[in-house]
Amino acid sequence: MATVKLSFSPAPVHVRTARLVGVAVARRAGVREDLLDEVRLAIGEACTRAVALHRQYGLSDPVLVEMSDAGQYTVRVVDRAPVEASVGLAALPPDELANESLTDEALTTGVGFALLAGFVEDLQVRPVDEGIGTEVRMVWPVGR
Amino acid sequence: MELSLATRAVGEHTVLEVGGEVDVYTAPRLRERLLELIDGGARHVVVDLGRVDFLDSTGLGVLVGALKRLRSAGGSFALVCDKEPLLKIFRITALDQVFPLHPTVDAAVGADPAGAGA
Repeated sequence: MATVKLSFSPAPVHVRTARLVGVAVARRAGVREDLLDEVRLAIGEACTRAVALHRQYGLSDPVLVEMSDAGQYTVRVVDRAPVEASVGLAALPPDELANESLTDEALTTGVGFALLAGFVEDLQVRPVDEGIGTEVRMVWPVGR
Repeated sequence: MELSLATRAVGEHTVLEVGGEVDVYTAPRLRERLLELIDGGARHVVVDLGRVDFLDSTGLGVLVGALKRLRSAGGSFALVCDKEPLLKIFRITALDQVFPLHPTVDAAVGADPAGAGA
């Protein structure tokens, strides 16, 4: 079992780094090549969401990304925002997507969750065990 | 890969060629360029995603913003995309039902009434 942990200050510029590391570890863990685009997108969306929450709540705490290849490839993205901030994250129906009254933030959040839910079969969003925050947990099979 | 943006005119249409990665870090630059074009009078905009190798929800949000702005100004907005991974993103988010999506710039311009004869 190998675990890689990455912790970054909540700035958009670091999300790309998290994606690159996440895909590198996935490849090393033996995740199928044709799933890597989805891994890249999902880790990016989870980190983007965490960065947005930290900025919304003025939190300078780092976002934590933990990647583990124990039997399967598991990625946890942990934010430190109040849990209620994560409630109500649902995919938007198409007729609402281009609705004039929908804010850009709400649209991006809804689309981000649609992508996570669409690309990650094994996805959990839950409060962290200790302290304040939410964990987005994503699992992909390892094809070895 | 860094974001690249290049603009050219095709008849009445303004074609914005986007390349590289469109994400939470680079999407503000795409938004800025689209706003510059629209504020500068462009009314029929085609965004060519042919050289984009990564697009996330922030980038999609920027594209929807441009679509709404142009629609309310009586203009048109279309996307050019023929890469399956990107098309899958549009399907999963149901945005394929929101954007006119075309495989080539010619198809996008030809499908728009403003482009007829251009």
